[in-house]
Amino acid sequence: MTTVEVMKGLGPDVRTIKLNGHVGFDSLPDQLVNKNVAQGFSFNIMCIGETGLGKSTLMETLFNQRFEFTPSSHEVPQVKLKPHTYDLKEGSVKLKLTIIETSGFGDQVNKEDSSKPIIDYINQQFENFLQEELKIKRSLHTYHDTRVHVCLYFIAPTGHSLKSIDMVTMKKLDSRVNIIPVIAKSDTITKPELQRFKTRIQNEIANNDIHIYQFPTDDETVSEQNSIMKNLVPFAVVGSSDEITVNGRKSRARQYPWGAVLVYSEAHCDFVRLREAMLRVNMDDLRERTHAMHYEHYRRQRLAEMGFSDEDKLSLQEMYEKRRETHQAELQRKEEEMRQMFVVRVKEKEQELKKAEGDLQTKFEAVKKQHADEKRKLEEKRQGLDEEIAEFQRRKTAADNRNNLASGTSFTLSKSKKK
Amino acid sequence: MSALATKRDDFYKDRSYDPLAKYGRDRSDLLSKLDSNSSSSAGIGSKALAGDKSSGLSSSDDKAASDAGVGFANLPNQIYRRAVRRGFEFNLMVVGESGLGKSTLLNSLFLSELYNADHMGPSKRIKKTVYVESHTVLLKENSVHLRLTLIDTPGFGDAVDNSNCWNPVLDYIDARFEDHLNAEQKVNRGQLIDSRVHCVLYFIAPTGHGLKPLDIEFMKRLHDKANVVPILAKADCMTMEELRDFKKTILNELAQHKIRVYDFPESVLAAAAAASGDSNAASAASDSCDDEKSIKRLKDRLPFAVVGANCLVESASKGSSGKVRGRAYPWGSVEVENLEHNDFLALRNLMLRTHMQDLRETTNSLHYENYRYLKLSGIAQESKFRTTDGKDPMAQMETEKRDHELKMRKMESEMEGVFEMKVKEKKQKLKDSEVDLQRRADQMRKQLEQQEAELAERRRQFEAEKRAWESAQAQGGGGDYGDMGGGGGVSATMDAIHSKEKSKSEKKKGLFK
Repeated sequence: MTTVEVMKGLGPDVRTIKLNGHVGFDSLPDQLVNKNVAQGFSFNIMCIGETGLGKSTLMETLFNQRFEFTPSSHEVPQVKLKPHTYDLKEGSVKLKLTIIETSGFGDQVNKEDSSKPIIDYINQQFENFLQEELKIKRSLHTYHDTRVHVCLYFIAPTGHSLKSIDMVTMKKLDSRVNIIPVIAKSDTITKPELQRFKTRIQNEIANNDIHIYQFPTDDETVSEQNSIMKNLVPFAVVGSSDEITVNGRKSRARQYPWGAVLVYSEAHCDFVRLREAMLRVNMDDLRERTHAMHYEHYRRQRLAEMGFSDEDKLSLQEMYEKRRETHQAELQRKEEEMRQMFVVRVKEKEQELKKAEGDLQTKFEAVKKQHADEKRKLEEKRQGLDEEIAEFQRRKTAADNRNNLASGTSFTLSKSKKK
Repeated sequence: MSALATKRDDFYKDRSYDPLAKYGRDRSDLLSKLDSNSSSSAGIGSKALAGDKSSGLSSSDDKAASDAGVGFANLPNQIYRRAVRRGFEFNLMVVGESGLGKSTLLNSLFLSELYNADHMGPSKRIKKTVYVESHTVLLKENSVHLRLTLIDTPGFGDAVDNSNCWNPVLDYIDARFEDHLNAEQKVNRGQLIDSRVHCVLYFIAPTGHGLKPLDIEFMKRLHDKANVVPILAKADCMTMEELRDFKKTILNELAQHKIRVYDFPESVLAAAAAASGDSNAASAASDSCDDEKSIKRLKDRLPFAVVGANCLVESASKGSSGKVRGRAYPWGSVEVENLEHNDFLALRNLMLRTHMQDLRETTNSLHYENYRYLKLSGIAQESKFRTTDGKDPMAQMETEKRDHELKMRKMESEMEGVFEMKVKEKKQKLKDSEVDLQRRADQMRKQLEQQEAELAERRRQFEAEKRAWESAQAQGGGGDYGDMGGGGGVSATMDAIHSKEKSKSEKKKGLFK
């Protein structure tokens, strides 16, 4: 029996005491489980795969329910995620199931951004949980956990190998979510082809160092089962919403002219094993891994982004004060910088404008001067003219005087002339 | 896993009071189904892979597959297994004056020698001041591991002046909360071992009159920080009626001082009933009613009056024989595990067998959250830092930073806008004045030209006149009146022109003033 978690890290003086009777605390796990069951559980599955691979049908088959999905077309311009939440109940267990389907995955001509909306969604759910955890007044036990617990990646049944978009997407997602690859519509592949296909996919996954979900083998009750499951990955599944009657019982199947593919038959497909591995045996481990590994990973990154680290040995209060001071100082500094920059620019511009104004002024002065010059010239001309006129007048008066003198005679002359 | 299931069955069979037996049985059923399914699927699966031709469908295979439903009903079992693998912690604090039988009670409660000669109980370790001490033991029952930490307060209430003797206790509880808070806030956090105080057993001396002032003071400060279970110690020195009155008095005093002790909620059992499956609804209902009723009956005995014993006595009760724990007096033996003699069984069953998880849960979700809320908002308040949406102040700084950045950017663009506008204005003004000046310059130029033209005209006239006069002169000396008149006329026009020019120059001068 492996060491129990709570026993780790204890000093040597801790005694193990023998009980002299039945105390009764062995019902403690029951009490724990009862509490959880009364609260209900939440489970979030994401299905990624190209349009038309049978994701919705597989979900309906898996949970034995009609989910009213609307099939999407091939003309979606960008990958979109559609989450739907359902309340299921089996026995006494209430389950809040959220199925997130991608629509338009692999339909675009340029598929480079295909994984971005998916990663954004996953990160958003982690972020929501982190924000709830960081609140001062929080209610974690009533919080509806929306983090993606498992991602079923649907591989097209080409029979050859993984497509490059498959490898790129899985590589991007393997550190954020538990990935279980499944081969969709596997009733188009024969058994030997299937075996080769699986082996090739397993090799490619190993070669590219993609960390798909490993079924846990540390609990001896399920380790044997899980190691068998490990060899079956990727699961070759067939989903069906139709039922046909076989041996007098209705069962889900796909009816072909040459025979019927029975979904629940282990000889025909891996559906039952997928259901068992995912829901019956490892559901809790999937949830636990999402919380303890992927969420912690995200949280670490995010807190490092915010500037926290574990090296400060100060108490919470001191650390907070210190960070606040530096924070405020930085904000002040930034504001100052900006103001300074503006002051400088204003000064520059002022100079420019002043210069322009000065230029204009000088220009105007020049014009004025020119004008004054011209006016002066005009004045001179006028003066000249006046002088000429005055001289002419003088001449005239002088001539007139002479004439007058002469005119006495001329008068008579004219008179005489007239006579 | 099947081994665990059968062992649990055995244990549940020999207990008289067992609210969870139903659930236990159901679970083992589910577990066996799981085992059979796994074996069947494993077997068939490997055969199919090996290439055996099984064209049809083996009916058992399909039946099992579709009958078992979806399968998430097995989730509780998975959680059960994980919890058992992890183990449990329980931190129990005992507080009370010395000599009230605390160590003996704990030994009886856990049916072991928690306190013995080597590890003395708190009453034997009294020093000058009250201090808090803890020691951890490991218990194992039926593959359930329990890490039990017992926290003592030697010296509590034993001094002459007992004011503030509760402070070390409160500090200890707060320190455990703070440890947990710090561990939770770390960037790299691993598995957290819960060291917070889950339950405080407070021992009340059997005076028969009511609570002492020290009791009231202590419980008033404690009930918001941990689950307090008051215990009436050494109950074998009071008769049934005295006990009844004593309990009533205590309950009244607790209500009067608004002290909220842990009251063992019945909802815990309702959850168990719901979880044990609706398929056996009728029987489950009747069973759980019984169980709920019996719980209610046990709860009526609050606060519990207990007797503890380290020795064995002959059992005198009708049902059992042999030795049981008890105290032998000349007038008879008090049996610890006899509900007619004291409430020990009630305490044990309620605290350990049904509400242990609820104690841990309440500590986590109620008391710890309260502490966290006060601590974080206290930090925020001390720094005059208002948290708008109740977020941890550290995270709040992040949003503040973002907001500030946005504000700065907006401010920057605003300032830019204003700047641009002002520049444009100034430029416009410059342009306007330039245009204006240009216009004036043009105007002046035009005027000048006009004057020049007039001047030219005048000159021409004058020239013409002059020539005429000169030619007239040249012709005949005498001028005739026509000339004179012309001359006069000329002079008249000259004068007229002169005056016109004068006025014009005046006008001009006025322009340039």
